[in-house]
Amino acid sequence: MAVRIITDQAPVETPMVSSQSGVVGTLARALVSNRKALAGIVVVGIFAVVSIFAGVIAPYDPNAIQFEPILGPSRAHLLGTTGNGQDIFSQLVWGTRQSLFLALVAGLMATVIAVVVGVSAAYLGGLWDHVLNLFTDVFLVIPTLPLMIVVAAYAKGGGILVLIAVIVITGWSYGARQLRSQALSLRNREFLEAARARGERSFYIIVFEILPNMTSLIVAIFLGAALYAVLAAAGLQFIGLGDSNDLSWGTMLHWAQNNGALLAGSPLWVLAPGFCIAALGAAFALLNYAFDEIGNPALRPVRRTRT
Amino acid sequence: MIATASVLDVRNLSVDYMTSRGAVRAVDSVSLEVAKGEFLGIVGESGCGKSTLLFAIARLLSPPAEIASGSVLFKGRDMVTLGETELRHIRWHDYSVVMQSAMNALNPVMTIGAQLKDAIEAHDNMPAQRVRARSEEVMRLVGIDPLHLKSYPHQLSGGMRQRAMIAMALVFTPELVIMDEPTSALDVVAQRSLMLQIKELQRRIGFAAVFVTHDMSLVSHFSDRLAVMYAGQVVEIGATRMMFEDPKHPYTKGLMQSFPSISGPKQRLVGIAGSPPDLLRPPSGCRFHPRCPSVMTRCLTEEPPLYVRPDALVKCHLYSDDA
Amino acid sequence: MTPEKPLLLETSGLTKHFRLGGIFSKRILHAVDDVVLTVGEQEIVALVGESGSGKSTIARLIAGVYKPTGGEIFFRGRPLSQMRNRSEVLEYRGRVPMVFQDPYGSLSPMYRVSHGVLRALKLHRPTLDKAARVQVAAELFESVGLAPGAEFLGKYPYELSGGQRQRVGFAQALACNPELILADEPVSMLDVSVRIGILNLMATLRRELRVSFLYITHDIASARYVADRLVVMYAGKIAESGPVEDVLAHPKHPYTQLLLSAVPDPRAPVSLPATSSVAEPPRVVDPGEGCRFRQRCPYAIEECALVTPRLRTLRPEHKAACHVAVSEMEAAIPAGERAATSR
Repeated sequence: MAVRIITDQAPVETPMVSSQSGVVGTLARALVSNRKALAGIVVVGIFAVVSIFAGVIAPYDPNAIQFEPILGPSRAHLLGTTGNGQDIFSQLVWGTRQSLFLALVAGLMATVIAVVVGVSAAYLGGLWDHVLNLFTDVFLVIPTLPLMIVVAAYAKGGGILVLIAVIVITGWSYGARQLRSQALSLRNREFLEAARARGERSFYIIVFEILPNMTSLIVAIFLGAALYAVLAAAGLQFIGLGDSNDLSWGTMLHWAQNNGALLAGSPLWVLAPGFCIAALGAAFALLNYAFDEIGNPALRPVRRTRT
Repeated sequence: MIATASVLDVRNLSVDYMTSRGAVRAVDSVSLEVAKGEFLGIVGESGCGKSTLLFAIARLLSPPAEIASGSVLFKGRDMVTLGETELRHIRWHDYSVVMQSAMNALNPVMTIGAQLKDAIEAHDNMPAQRVRARSEEVMRLVGIDPLHLKSYPHQLSGGMRQRAMIAMALVFTPELVIMDEPTSALDVVAQRSLMLQIKELQRRIGFAAVFVTHDMSLVSHFSDRLAVMYAGQVVEIGATRMMFEDPKHPYTKGLMQSFPSISGPKQRLVGIAGSPPDLLRPPSGCRFHPRCPSVMTRCLTEEPPLYVRPDALVKCHLYSDDA
Repeated sequence: MTPEKPLLLETSGLTKHFRLGGIFSKRILHAVDDVVLTVGEQEIVALVGESGSGKSTIARLIAGVYKPTGGEIFFRGRPLSQMRNRSEVLEYRGRVPMVFQDPYGSLSPMYRVSHGVLRALKLHRPTLDKAARVQVAAELFESVGLAPGAEFLGKYPYELSGGQRQRVGFAQALACNPELILADEPVSMLDVSVRIGILNLMATLRRELRVSFLYITHDIASARYVADRLVVMYAGKIAESGPVEDVLAHPKHPYTQLLLSAVPDPRAPVSLPATSSVAEPPRVVDPGEGCRFRQRCPYAIEECALVTPRLRTLRPEHKAACHVAVSEMEAAIPAGERAATSR
């Protein structure tokens, strides 16, 4: 036990809450002032808007096989047409819905499981900790790609639920580890002891005292899971898992591949959804970094503000 | 305070922290001197800038902190203007630093011997045998059996770890050793023993020591002179005994009033009301005026200089030449 | 034992062991062994010891955070182990709350500083409605020196200084009309000039609200300033206990003597004693019989390695656990206690 005086090292102490509007206010202010966060928010925002207003933005019915196939980009078809005669741009716009949906839902579910397992392991300790750790490690170690292929082979397609299941199963364990670490470090903080000492129940302590203090990390993990989900969904749909007749960026890639788009001369069929996947992934990654920086000031870029 | 062979001469040193809310002056125009072989204690509470001052003197500041102005004359050369390569020559050879918590400063996955070796090799080209011999020598100097060179930090007790840190600092018998609260992580018995050890080493090797602490009573028996800091400034500096027998600055008096004694009559103490100021917007005039029991009108507007008295320098209008 | 003051708290044979290493390890850490501690009404008892002495463990045992491995804790005569249902436990928690060491960690950074107090009121005084709780909280804040109370309720921890945060901790402890406050190093992490304010607050609360304190610290000087009785712990056992002035003036246990000699006292004449004890307090893993201080003790005799010393009354109300210490009691020494010789 080192009994030391907490010296205010520098007036740059960055507290969890630094504005009168509480946690949300602090986070909001931090987000807006962080360049990475801003970029990420803008991109995700654009995709969100596109998916909500798909009907308005897309010029044609995405599934309508009424156009001439493999047209290049033109005013009528911004990105050209597919090998089946569909408008690529319309497909892209409508496909945003499912892709975003998969990212957010699978990301969220993976995060929830990670939180439950990670925080419980830390809080319960002892044998439970060992058991849950083992459980986490097993899932951590499962090789994702072979699993996906095996499932794809057995499911012979399956629907969106299978997709989400595979993503969640393979994606939750990474976050669980980190959450457990942080929960462990919080566990002996005195305000938790104070809560126990005044008679709070365990459930209350976990939900209202521990979790709120882990918000930054939980959000960061959610963003990481969402990023993983974007890429994993695209990959799975590309190899044919899920319903190939669904409309999403991943299925677009699947059909493009089946029709040899690159060879046949309609590269945009591949590039357009590929770019969107990359953009959304990058947006989540940027937001992830931003939340890391917000949570841990040591990671912030040092910007010299000259007087 | 005549500078007879002063090893360290700090003149009007100021250190700023660049924050998003503006520049915060953590150290404001501090001047002090350390003579050869002298033990200077720097005392103050949290936020007074003493650690920042120490880091600035040792040229260990990193952004967002930077030296805004002033000079640090060490053996005649201004450290502030020296570049990294030049600094490396004098660092550890001529001056060294002992940090606050050995557990934080020592590498937990390296043996003490390996770390000593690292320190030596970083600053000198000693042949390996000499390195070994010197390591053993310096461990014995601080009272640790040289067989602990093979130990890892966690295998040593807190007191021994701090001694190992001091051993590392003395490896080139520097002329100046700067110490940042090296005893604060120790229990009272180990603290006392370490202080005695430091004093003994100082006697034997003859280095000057600058010792930063929040605990005045700790240095009371060991330091030759004492500097009291408040809100980034030195408010009183003088011989230790005089400071304890006749504290001049109201803050120093207040500090003295904050230490209960284990002997003598029991008296009710009052401490000092209020709390240290926000350095982003320090009080006008004398920085201590909002908490000062002897405040006068001029203290609100006029910042006092360090008035020279026969046995101390005091930054307080109560001691102005026309008072 | 017939005390003048009614006893609030009494422990007998209190023991706490921790298993070191994994589930299958056999190494046992004896954090607290066979401790007898009492706190009376309106009394401040200081529990002094260095890190590893077990003092914080005792606090947590009394608070109910840890369960004892052996022995019993009695609160107003009722044993803690018999408190089973939630309402009994809750009531105890209200009567014997704890104040913590770290002002920067004892308040959740996510909530306003009123959070802890309001929750404590909700749990322990369920008859109050929301508005009443806020009112009581504001009054509590003012009683610990945070005035105006209503204004402080709305602040976040980052807006308060260390001393103010500790006062919030005290306000939380007072929320439930406590009888005994367990203060675990409440001032160690505060600036020196702020400590006195908190110590004075403790004395005021004792005087005006008749609250007792178990003040746990490593700083003897502050213990002397605020406490009535002093209990010195070493390596999980009690070394000495008695009225604070008597223990300081006539320390009987060699460890107490060592501690007192090591405390820096600026008002004492300048002297550099030759004694420099290099050893550190042991981490008590699987100790055997015998006095745990013997390796560092300048007076150790053969018996110290063979028999664990028990607390004996050596002066009025003043006990020490040492074979070598001399008893100054005029009363007949009961058979079974040994009269020891000193060097």
